[in-house]
Amino acid sequence: MKPAPFEYVRARTLDEALAALDADSKILAGGQSLVPMLNMRLVRPARLVDINAVPGLEGVRARPDGGLDVGALTRHSDLLTAPLVKERAPLLAAAAAHVGHRAIRNRGTVGGSLAHADPAAELPAALLALDATAVIAAPGGRRRVPLVGFFVGLLTTALAPDEILVGVEIPDARRAAWGFREIARRAGDFAIAGVAAVVRGDDGRCTDARLVAIGAGDRPLRLGAAEAALVGAELSSALPARAAATTGEDCRPPDDVHASAEYRTHLVSVLTEQVVREALGRLAP
Amino acid sequence: MNDVLVRLTVNGRAVERTVPARRSLADLLREDLRLTGTHVGCEHGVCGACTVLVDGRTARSCLLFAGQLDGAQITTVEGLTPADGPSALQAAFRECHALQCGFCTAGLLATAHELLAETAAPTREEIREAIAGNLCMCTGYVNIVRAIELAAGRMRRP
Repeated sequence: MKPAPFEYVRARTLDEALAALDADSKILAGGQSLVPMLNMRLVRPARLVDINAVPGLEGVRARPDGGLDVGALTRHSDLLTAPLVKERAPLLAAAAAHVGHRAIRNRGTVGGSLAHADPAAELPAALLALDATAVIAAPGGRRRVPLVGFFVGLLTTALAPDEILVGVEIPDARRAAWGFREIARRAGDFAIAGVAAVVRGDDGRCTDARLVAIGAGDRPLRLGAAEAALVGAELSSALPARAAATTGEDCRPPDDVHASAEYRTHLVSVLTEQVVREALGRLAP
Repeated sequence: MNDVLVRLTVNGRAVERTVPARRSLADLLREDLRLTGTHVGCEHGVCGACTVLVDGRTARSCLLFAGQLDGAQITTVEGLTPADGPSALQAAFRECHALQCGFCTAGLLATAHELLAETAAPTREEIREAIAGNLCMCTGYVNIVRAIELAAGRMRRP
């Protein structure tokens, strides 16, 4: 279980990293998904471009609009301990707590999780529920891609081979309520299914809802029908079940050795009811 | 394929090596430095046997390339062992029969070390959660949890 030979480039600046990238390169950030794939020779890039020494990509910063900027090299462990995350986007910390084990969370990065785009991963779903936008460095400058357009398929994103994801912008979620649940066979495993929810309410009505399912398709999946059942509705204890009844319309889960598609669809419905109830419980009365 | 010059500190000792780019930290430790206390199990980050401390935080040494670690401080089980005998954690592992074949033990000690450095009085549930990424095929984990509890208690009241 050794990787095939590759050339290693330790980039000192973003420009150096961008210059070293080509179609046969891979970016090395935390390496917690990439290195297993290298070791099993599922990928054999000619060159690894290590961005760990590139300054400015790490950490969580407050945005003036009340949101957060999260650098691509921010480790999952840091999401769990950063006071700003707890204050402004606690959903992110709740989701990060489910990522792998401590040793994995110490190395694995936010940017790596998004760029890897595993549909069973927690952070892509949580960040999509938070309506985050990917910030991408390209040879000609920067571009921003809302996450809803960033995940384009199984392990596939809008990133071009010569681009680097440098961070995500999370809009103000301080008045939003959230919920997160997942079912995994063991703590630290990828989820069989999960749901992240961000809900806003005003004057007794639900004004906004973003529900994202994990493990329910080829990418983190918006549960549009459930969102539509919530938005505009009067806040009541009947809402969670009403949202849950619609989730089958959006689920396209895989059928594999871990769980059947039918079971995953069932789980998404049950978890939707739970996370919506959780979120409504957190909405300021 | 290229060679990478790496200067790092392993158990307090400065190390300088030129290694192939694909050399893992685990292989640097075992093959180049002969620190064979770190064990290599699955080589894809699942079993936890190769867990060491990198700059004080646990990491899978099979998922890091040695060449990435220029300037890093590495602590292996050899570095977690005091010169005058076993550490409180190691003594508790022995007393509680928390190891049998010993293959997973070095990784578990690194994991438990990090836990106790941050949480002086972990609950049994917190201990189980903390070691969930370290597979042990012998003990059934019960005695490992007991050992970490025992060591935590002794470290609080030395």
